[in-house]
Amino acid sequence: MNIEQLTVLRTAAREKLLVRDGEKSKDGYEYHVLVCGGTGCVSSGCKSVRDTLIDEIKNRGLEEKVRVIVTGCLGPCNMGPIVTIYPDGTFYQRVKADDAVYIVREHLEQGRHIEGLMYRSPETGKLQDRWQDIDYFRNQKRLVLRNCGFIDPLSLEEYIARDGYAALAAVLEADSPEKVIDEITISGLRGRGGAGFPTGLKWGFVRKAPGTPKYVVCNGDEGDPGAFMDRSVLEGDPHSVLEGMVIGAYAVGASQGYAYIRAEYPLAIKNFTYAIELARANGLLGKNILGMGFDFDVEVRVGAGAFVCGEETALLESIMGRRGEPRPRPPFPAQEGLFGKPTTINNVETWANVPLIIHRGGEYYASIGTEKSKGTKVFALAGKVNNTGLVEVPLGTTLRQVIYDIGGGVPNGKALKAVQTGGPSGGAIPAKFVDVPISYESLAELGSIMGSGGMIVLDEDSCMVDLARFFMDFVQEESCGKCTPCRIGTRRMSEILTKMTQGRGTPEDLELLIELANVVKNSALCGLGQTAPNPVLSTTSNYRDEYDTHVKEQKCPTGVCPMRVAPSRVRK
Amino acid sequence: MAKVKLTIDNNTVEVEQGTSVLEAARQIGIKIPTLCYLKEINVIGACRLCIVKVQGARSYMASCTLPAAEGMVIWTHTPGLRQARRMIMELILSDHPMECLTCMRHGRCELQTMAESLGVRDIRFQRVSKTMYEKDESSPSIIREPKKCIYCRRCVSVCNSVQTVHAIGPQLRGFNTVIAPPYNLPLDKSVCVNCGQCSLVCPVGAIYEKDDTDRAWAALADPSKHVVVQTAPATRVTMGEAFGLPPGTPVTGRMVAALRRLGFDRVFDTDFTADLTIIEEGNELLHRVKNGGVLPQITSCSPGWIKFIEHFYPELLDHLSSAKSPQQMFGSLAKTFYAQKAGIDPKDIVVVSIMPCTAKKYEALRPEMEDSGYRDVDIVLTSRELGRMLKEACIDLANLPDEEYDDPLGLSTGAAAIFGATGGVMEAALRTVYEVVTGETLGNIDLVQVRGLEGIKEATIDLKGLPVKVLVAHGLKHARALMDRLKAGELKDYHFIEVMCCPGGCIGGGGQPIGTNSEMRQLRIDGIYKVDSAMEYRKSHENPAVKELYEQFLGEPLSEKSHHLLHTKYTGRSNHPEIGE
Repeated sequence: MNIEQLTVLRTAAREKLLVRDGEKSKDGYEYHVLVCGGTGCVSSGCKSVRDTLIDEIKNRGLEEKVRVIVTGCLGPCNMGPIVTIYPDGTFYQRVKADDAVYIVREHLEQGRHIEGLMYRSPETGKLQDRWQDIDYFRNQKRLVLRNCGFIDPLSLEEYIARDGYAALAAVLEADSPEKVIDEITISGLRGRGGAGFPTGLKWGFVRKAPGTPKYVVCNGDEGDPGAFMDRSVLEGDPHSVLEGMVIGAYAVGASQGYAYIRAEYPLAIKNFTYAIELARANGLLGKNILGMGFDFDVEVRVGAGAFVCGEETALLESIMGRRGEPRPRPPFPAQEGLFGKPTTINNVETWANVPLIIHRGGEYYASIGTEKSKGTKVFALAGKVNNTGLVEVPLGTTLRQVIYDIGGGVPNGKALKAVQTGGPSGGAIPAKFVDVPISYESLAELGSIMGSGGMIVLDEDSCMVDLARFFMDFVQEESCGKCTPCRIGTRRMSEILTKMTQGRGTPEDLELLIELANVVKNSALCGLGQTAPNPVLSTTSNYRDEYDTHVKEQKCPTGVCPMRVAPSRVRK
Repeated sequence: MAKVKLTIDNNTVEVEQGTSVLEAARQIGIKIPTLCYLKEINVIGACRLCIVKVQGARSYMASCTLPAAEGMVIWTHTPGLRQARRMIMELILSDHPMECLTCMRHGRCELQTMAESLGVRDIRFQRVSKTMYEKDESSPSIIREPKKCIYCRRCVSVCNSVQTVHAIGPQLRGFNTVIAPPYNLPLDKSVCVNCGQCSLVCPVGAIYEKDDTDRAWAALADPSKHVVVQTAPATRVTMGEAFGLPPGTPVTGRMVAALRRLGFDRVFDTDFTADLTIIEEGNELLHRVKNGGVLPQITSCSPGWIKFIEHFYPELLDHLSSAKSPQQMFGSLAKTFYAQKAGIDPKDIVVVSIMPCTAKKYEALRPEMEDSGYRDVDIVLTSRELGRMLKEACIDLANLPDEEYDDPLGLSTGAAAIFGATGGVMEAALRTVYEVVTGETLGNIDLVQVRGLEGIKEATIDLKGLPVKVLVAHGLKHARALMDRLKAGELKDYHFIEVMCCPGGCIGGGGQPIGTNSEMRQLRIDGIYKVDSAMEYRKSHENPAVKELYEQFLGEPLSEKSHHLLHTKYTGRSNHPEIGE
């Protein structure tokens, strides 16, 4: 395919998708029925919903009139399985197989909307017919998730219809690599994997670094417990990541790319691999991309599921077939990365932002967000919040807006206690900071990190000592075992915290815990180790009284910790 | 090379670009503590004791892996750093069994020394150590004691990058990490070649030679046994180290005296059979050249190298000389020729070897090695083990008088002594082959082209119109490089290759004193050539005792008897760990 053919294809593809913009399609279908096929909906039973829909459509002879499409994740997992019907945009939640029959007979045959399956605002009690009207979606700004839940992830055509590969075509046609890097720099895009390093700057280093070949790598090893931002993008809009990688490769001068995706994400691996095949078959990847003389290809590498492989140097080791262990930086991957060559490594969400930035311009992207944190960020909202799932908001949005306006607040009238951002590497932000706008800087100031986007809401019943214990248990198991502070330090922190939750902690233990946490933070080899103590440091500084009650009175104020353990069950 | 200037603890230092902050600090007398660091071999920043504060950096950085940069400002002992180092040491000790008083490395343990110098007096953590990993005694050469391991990974780096064997590495993760063969299998199921280089670099007592001293003590104490001892070429320049003598000090006569005082019935010399090896191996080479045999011929006296080629290049086994190693030739002759001559029933003879090598323990146990009708060599002791025995027996080797080896297996030449250094076998062989082929006396017998610590050495010797091309490699990394070239057909013009498993040859063997490094290797090599040049005879074929052996017992080189007692065959092995048993 060359650029001209791409444009022709886009025009035709758009006409088939008009129905999803509320217009009449030119593909002959009256309805597009979108079934959310994200992992959350798969586990709540969307496959039988889809099968029943297809069967019943056939039974009623509606095949010519109705098209059923399985999409990637739409976001609100607690509402799944989700069925959205276009052109109306009607949003049906918690749909069961039996309901699917009903949807076909009532909605698709008779044109009558089914109130019982619609979303009702918990505050006003009003029915909310279209998904765009629901608070959960209305208060988001879906840029990275622009196609998730809206297109068939296995269809190159649908991606192209939504301006897919337009950015790549524009870049190859008119822009020098330096111009691409400039555009990314202007956008202010920062690494979405957690550290927030300016992407344009990173690309510039790789472009200038001596050595060939150069590589681009996509970090899809998302390992934070409860985080599924990258998974959803890879599953629901794989071409956006791939297009980002091709543009990045052009910018830095790479000819080979690797996407490292953890084995626990089979659907992401499948959809992304399929996207690669489609792109290659259509001249969007491989030799002479879009006829413009640029060569680049991508291979998927499946990770065996170690948290530490999300750390960039460990990930590169793993791609090279070695044990996934971080190595000291410098040299940075931009200088000596994969196979010792200059390498750009970015996270899935960062890559997915790239086509959008190129397409709409760096200035546009930079108009969203705060002074230093531009654009949007996807979060996986979980814990004690009414609406759980994926949300995307402009940086600068407050925690309150995310938890209350989008998340629908804390269930059962409980009070918000804290928000844990950044997964095991982050910290618990107390409720009193709920009006702080979210940015890389503000979260760091509050003792946490942006991280890759995990956001766990804690209510008044949550015990902060237990929370720290949970994360430390996780980290000590996931430590690679290379450096002393992380290998032994995280284990000892976990032991001390366990002791505290069992009513055996002492004030000296608490002092030792804090001292140890600071030493590990300052002396561990890699980002995993250096951030591992964050849950301890943030909870001991903000909830010191809770710790004191555990170690002085041998009581857990929230009643979460057992505080009494039979001697035989005490971990030796 | 460009220079960079940096400030360390308010002192300015200028170093070459690429120098680490750790080495830069050492240049100005600041010795930052380390545990995992092993210059040029293990530079991984794992132990974190060498952390320093770098102006502008968020966290402390490991100085071993940090390249010095222009204008860098470094502090090495701020209160925060001291606290962190102590706590890191406290963490290591909380995961250590503290069996110091009964440990193999008591008093010579880097962890002990470092804990002491960091001033750790108290361990505030619950002391839960990894008792779940049992001692691995499966190997005849090397014992692994994972519970003592401090995860410095020096052993892993030596095994991977110096020897390219890859027998051990980190298994599992986090606190449960263990340094072990793949799948945490026992060592004897791995591709370990028993070289023992790991045991030379372990800072603690987590990996060490199998101790056979008790068996030696028992043999010496048994009145029904006639216990003979042989001493490998390289031991005569290293045995002094345990007694405070500088590396490379020749102690041949003092070692003989010490062994006699220990109670050996006869003190013989492996150098005697080293001369014999030259005669057999040299004649084998000439035979191959004349009869169109497989060339180049490769030496076979280093048992770690033998197991390496069996695992990794089984298709090249035909290149190996069929001659046994000097240790094994000695064993089979001791229980045949010597037994007859001395009128002793060979079943009552115990052959003990003093070796620079842990792989020799394994070699002695190979099924092929009982051509005398008995186990040819019974007990193999490394130079470290002999040092311990002498100390236990209150024998101060350094202050003993020189004594002579016993007859008839004690007479040797300088050619045999240099077997201990890389290039030595080649030089010894060429001294003999030249004279045998040309019938002329070699004028300058010092073949300096094959000497020294260069990884691969090459020479061409003109045998009166017949140019003989030879190669010498030491350290398995270099051996591997040569084998790859041989496999690729690049070495067709060559006649003879010497390979020694350990860097520097046997003077750097895995059974030699702990802490062996390049400087020590060079000093020992210097010592070996000193021994050579002081010998009455310096060419193996001039050894009168060897001549007598052929006249009285073997007949001629490569005779049927020679073949039976002095030659052997090799076995191809898989290069995968043996799993599923």
